[in-house]
Amino acid sequence: MMKINLLAFGQIADITGQANWQLQDIMDTDALIQLLYSQYPALKETEFSLAVNKKLIHSNCVLQQEDTVALLPPFSGG
Amino acid sequence: MNEEKKYSRYQRQMVLPGFGKARQDRLLAARVLVVGVGGLGSPALQYLAAAGIGKIGIIDYDFVELSNLQRQTIFSMADLGKSKAVVAKEKINQLNPELAIDAYPEKLTTRNGLDLVSRYDLVLDGTDNFSTRYLINDACVLLGKPFIYGAVLRYEGQVAVFNLPDPKQEETTNYRDLFPAPPSPQTVPNCNEAGVLGVLPGIIGTMQAAEAIKICTGIGKPLLNTMLTFNLLNNSFFSFAITKAAKKNAVYPATPDAFRKFNYEWFCGQHINLPEMTANAFDILRKKEELLVIDVRELGEEPIVQEFSYVQIPLSKWPSAIDDISPDKKIIFFCLSGVRSQRALAMFKERFPMREAYSLHGGIIAWKEQQILSPIKQ
Repeated sequence: MMKINLLAFGQIADITGQANWQLQDIMDTDALIQLLYSQYPALKETEFSLAVNKKLIHSNCVLQQEDTVALLPPFSGG
Repeated sequence: MNEEKKYSRYQRQMVLPGFGKARQDRLLAARVLVVGVGGLGSPALQYLAAAGIGKIGIIDYDFVELSNLQRQTIFSMADLGKSKAVVAKEKINQLNPELAIDAYPEKLTTRNGLDLVSRYDLVLDGTDNFSTRYLINDACVLLGKPFIYGAVLRYEGQVAVFNLPDPKQEETTNYRDLFPAPPSPQTVPNCNEAGVLGVLPGIIGTMQAAEAIKICTGIGKPLLNTMLTFNLLNNSFFSFAITKAAKKNAVYPATPDAFRKFNYEWFCGQHINLPEMTANAFDILRKKEELLVIDVRELGEEPIVQEFSYVQIPLSKWPSAIDDISPDKKIIFFCLSGVRSQRALAMFKERFPMREAYSLHGGIIAWKEQQILSPIKQ
């Protein structure tokens, strides 16, 4: 079974209710986003970027065992 | 400044291995523009001035308020009501009178943006909103200036250096590579709504100042094409590499002329034309006539208002709950800081464009402050 690690920051962690968790058998980041949208519909309304293994991605990315995906929202405060 | 005096002021950093007089002279020749004197700008300005950045620009159109003092440590009680830019200039002038400080008590706009940014070597972002942040980013991209980004929420902060040439990479990265499109305003809590521990922007603003000093002197390795996040509660740092977005994804003004015509408020969805009502005007009006006052905060949110009557229609129940709003009185929407009530007003006006409705400016925070300053008898 393929396992990936998830990290959520800021308002994304508020929605998911956790900042650090694992998921299994997710093929790629598009599938991951679809799954997250179905689990947490409020995410659809929220802007965030994805980093896979500490590198920002801009399009679908195939996931491997033990990859870490970070969900990064913009912050506005200063 | 004579050499001896310079040496005593900056001695602690000049003795650092690899720093010396040459790097100090680079700091004294450097020009940094700080946009926004808030939680980030306050500590950043103090450290930039202390380290001897020769020319510092300070732009902020706002005035010092009591609720700023929890984190904006450059200000004190005597500064309440005064221009932030002007007060900050006085404070750092006292700290280091050898520097050239320019105070701009105005808003950074597409009209003055390119002119102001072009007078400095780099820009330090101390803003609290997306429209100014995208504006700074785009001005820096057009003018080829590094942009030191910082932002905070509750207990978490972000720092990055954008648009700094990287010898190993052909193209520089910027804020639009990270977030090509701005979020809609209601999905990102601001510090008024979500709160922020005062020391957090202190840490992040100080890190931004450190990045500015590193870039100006050439010491160390700045956060080049890298974003660093910090969580104060568990002391965790997380950094990741920012890669270039495809050109079609990150659309920004390509010429100075296009920049001047770009509407950043519209781009960031800030509805500036929605009618707002100040706390004072609200107090006068509610003595005169019966209003329908609607609290759009979620149930159980503090502070609970007891001074006037209202109904609660939490924003999470919108827009279906709009139909329950009775049609015969003027409507005032309020929330904690005036952000969600604007969103509510926008939805309401979309449905009922002819109805007279307002959003309470600054929310219940501003109203409570107004009661302390000039209470109207109940």
